[in-house]
Amino acid sequence: MNKLIRSSAKCLRAGAAVYLPGSSACARLLSAAAGEQKDVGDMVKKDKVVVFIKGTPAQPMCGFSNAVVQILRMHGVDDYAAYNVLDDQDLRQGVKDFSNWPTIPQVYFNGEFVGGCDILLQMHQNGDLVKELKKLGVHSNLLDAEKESK
Amino acid sequence: MLPTVLHCVRPVSTALSFSRPLAHFRPHMDPDPSRPVERAITTKLTNALTPEHLEVHNESHMHAVPPGSESHFRVLVVSPQFGGLSLIQRHRLVNEALREELSTCVHALAIQAKTPEQWGSNPSLAKSPPCMGGSRGDHTVEEKLKAGRE
Repeated sequence: MNKLIRSSAKCLRAGAAVYLPGSSACARLLSAAAGEQKDVGDMVKKDKVVVFIKGTPAQPMCGFSNAVVQILRMHGVDDYAAYNVLDDQDLRQGVKDFSNWPTIPQVYFNGEFVGGCDILLQMHQNGDLVKELKKLGVHSNLLDAEKESK
Repeated sequence: MLPTVLHCVRPVSTALSFSRPLAHFRPHMDPDPSRPVERAITTKLTNALTPEHLEVHNESHMHAVPPGSESHFRVLVVSPQFGGLSLIQRHRLVNEALREELSTCVHALAIQAKTPEQWGSNPSLAKSPPCMGGSRGDHTVEEKLKAGRE
């Protein structure tokens, strides 16, 4: 319950629609309030894991964005901020300018740009994602699976 | 060892003829059978990264865009220049080589960037995730399709 309240509070701070799929406090769908200055630099620092995607974690509108959502889901990462760039053209361009990266989706860990779908997928396949999540203090389900198999 | 290149990498003399800006498409709605964007991507990646192996796949037909579009691509670049570089550094080199295309007509670019050693131990092309229809009705994509036709 406390987790639910905390994530709702975070979303109220961001001033926008909250999406909490399922019963647990899952990926928070956020968007900057209308008229607010789009400071992508602040947005990527507010949460440990931040993604900019087309659509929402429950309904991605792009196969590549969906791949990012599914990979995070596979690792059991359910507490992250998701921004739907389709809702906001200024944000969509602002993100690309901020990271100097031409495409969506974009993934940030601790405020640092990690890459897009291809990079996240390769990190997932080569084991780097588990390690990076651990450094963030985010526990990956697949770390448990790795330990069990040894 | 002869370099293997699957898509039309022109010899140097004709490659020079593609150094002009990406501007002169036929201004009509029919798809251009000469595939100018695909050829430009091939040329620019060849010139920038001197790959030992290069594949340029137009995946636009897998997405919600008109037939004959050149908006969604997957590239596989095998180059010794990637040695010692992180994934994000490699992808940035590819993005930089294709900066003009990415800012005009190319909406999506999936990248695999491998060293010759990595390619040798795993010579496989990744598959793009299924489209979720996000390009349909997307104003940014429509502008890019128009840029590709003009």
